[in-house]
Amino acid sequence: MPTTLTAFADVTTSDSALRRFLHGLPGVDAVGLEARAASLGTRSIKTTAKAYAIDLAISMIDLTTLEGADTPGKVRALSAKAVNPDPTDRTTPMTAAVCVYPDMVATAKAALNGADVKVASVATAFPAGRAALPVKLADTRDAVAAGADEIDMVIDRGAFLAGRYLETYELIKAVKEACVRPDGSAARLKVIFETGELSTYDNIRRASWIGMLAGADFIKTSTGKVGVNATPANTLLMLEAVRDFKAQTGIQIGVKPAGGIRTTKDAIKFLVLVNETVGEDWLSNTWFRFGASSLLNDLLMQRQKLSTGRYSGPDYVTVD
Amino acid sequence: MSESSVRLNVFKTYKLYVGGKFPRSESGRVYEVSDSKGKWLANAPLSSRKDARDAVVAARKAFGGWSGATAYNRGQILYRIAEMLEGRREQFVREVGEAEGLSKSKAAAVVDAAIDRWVWYAGWTDKIGQLVGGANPVAGPFFNLSTPEPTGVVTVVAPQDSSFLGLVCVIAPVIATGNTAVVIASEKSPLPALSLGEVLATSDLPGGVVNILSGKADEMGPHLASHQDVNAIDLAGAGPVLAKELEIAAADNLKRVLRPQPVDDWNADPGTSRMTAFLETKTVWHPTGSLGAGGSSY
Repeated sequence: MPTTLTAFADVTTSDSALRRFLHGLPGVDAVGLEARAASLGTRSIKTTAKAYAIDLAISMIDLTTLEGADTPGKVRALSAKAVNPDPTDRTTPMTAAVCVYPDMVATAKAALNGADVKVASVATAFPAGRAALPVKLADTRDAVAAGADEIDMVIDRGAFLAGRYLETYELIKAVKEACVRPDGSAARLKVIFETGELSTYDNIRRASWIGMLAGADFIKTSTGKVGVNATPANTLLMLEAVRDFKAQTGIQIGVKPAGGIRTTKDAIKFLVLVNETVGEDWLSNTWFRFGASSLLNDLLMQRQKLSTGRYSGPDYVTVD
Repeated sequence: MSESSVRLNVFKTYKLYVGGKFPRSESGRVYEVSDSKGKWLANAPLSSRKDARDAVVAARKAFGGWSGATAYNRGQILYRIAEMLEGRREQFVREVGEAEGLSKSKAAAVVDAAIDRWVWYAGWTDKIGQLVGGANPVAGPFFNLSTPEPTGVVTVVAPQDSSFLGLVCVIAPVIATGNTAVVIASEKSPLPALSLGEVLATSDLPGGVVNILSGKADEMGPHLASHQDVNAIDLAGAGPVLAKELEIAAADNLKRVLRPQPVDDWNADPGTSRMTAFLETKTVWHPTGSLGAGGSSY
């Protein structure tokens, strides 16, 4: 019998209560976790299953451009690609979203022109998260006001690593409130932990729980701006966290690995992880996303290979 | 324990040469290679279409650097290959002799000719431009210059009978001009080709410029011929039936195709046709910059 989130109400009443709860979570068997992730990566997915996986992966992509050099033209080109990834094959699914900086949200929204592709915006002083709370909240409100359907926030890793868990929790709650639009609806909130900076798997599990308790709609591995991004192991760990959370509260939360996933083979490995850990409930772009840019081209080339029987090449996809 | 020096021979594991590394076939398969009299020599990797695919990726990756290198630098590296071969001459004389059933002296002549062929093409790298390019006379105040540019990734089906000299005669002209190559070695005698990989790896040739696969041309050929990221194919070692099949597959993305040419003697002067087969001409117009009020003048 799943309890509800109220069962966890008392763990967030004080810093010490939250710390007691987080440090009471079972420790992560790092060797076992990596071995499990590696063994699930050895599945052979071929022919029709592969075609299904490729289309599913395309439909799960948050097509991302997060560069200082982003121009409106680049965002428009990316949006066009999200709607119509392969102009030579109209059966190709659309991507889930385009992911841009807050000032590009309006441009992306206009370029998508009502198509069923979401606009996700990073916020809260992405990627470092080193800004005062009012700045982070203003950043979020700006993006929501500009029309963002989804907000990708970063946690304050400094506060988290210093042990100020409640502060991290309160930040996520505050941003969650800033996601609410005047009409009462809200942008979906993805919380980025930057797993590459959290040092240990135990920390990733704790961060996942903070995020879920604070009301994240998605938990996301990383910004893509540091050396270690999404790995099968840390994604598996986060999938286990959302599985456990759903078992205890009945609330389903999405997972988004981001950064470093470049090939179809990698993407399919992640889909296997999802299916084997949390099951088919998560196998849609409502609950699982890939934060990626170059991955899409590789998926399209593999898709062309399956449909034509000929190996494709980079000349037949866009240069981003 | 006996003091006599009974020593176990250390057999060489012949491996592919792809992207500057020496992998086994992705498929794990091998096939037996025997000499001209049917005696077993070694097992060679039986490459699969996935090895071919990986080789194309490696060749594509290497293309930018190799085609962008100065012709002078490419010439130096090709000459270096000749130097390295000279140092391993004995090994190649033995391997070519076994593969083609030649006496030691005849095999030595073949290896020497192959080494000289590298030197010949090393000299051509910075001269082919003057031969097939140049300034074109045009009716206007412009410089109009044509320069040869490498085509890209070239698949080479190496000659079946001349397993070493023939191989060098088809690879060297492809890479001399800045192309990168995916080579399917002679199916019957791939060992000299696989050993050539070891020479190329130690000749300052960037990894991926030449990729050598052993196995069946009729297994890998169709995939390489239809591969959208391969720009040209040299059918030197393909039989008439296979050559026709590959030419049809290659038409799909307008690959350049060099049909099999009858070659009686690989020792003969090769001319420049194998180089020009994989060159494209780029022509640029540039104002002369001296348009005076009285009309153009140079």
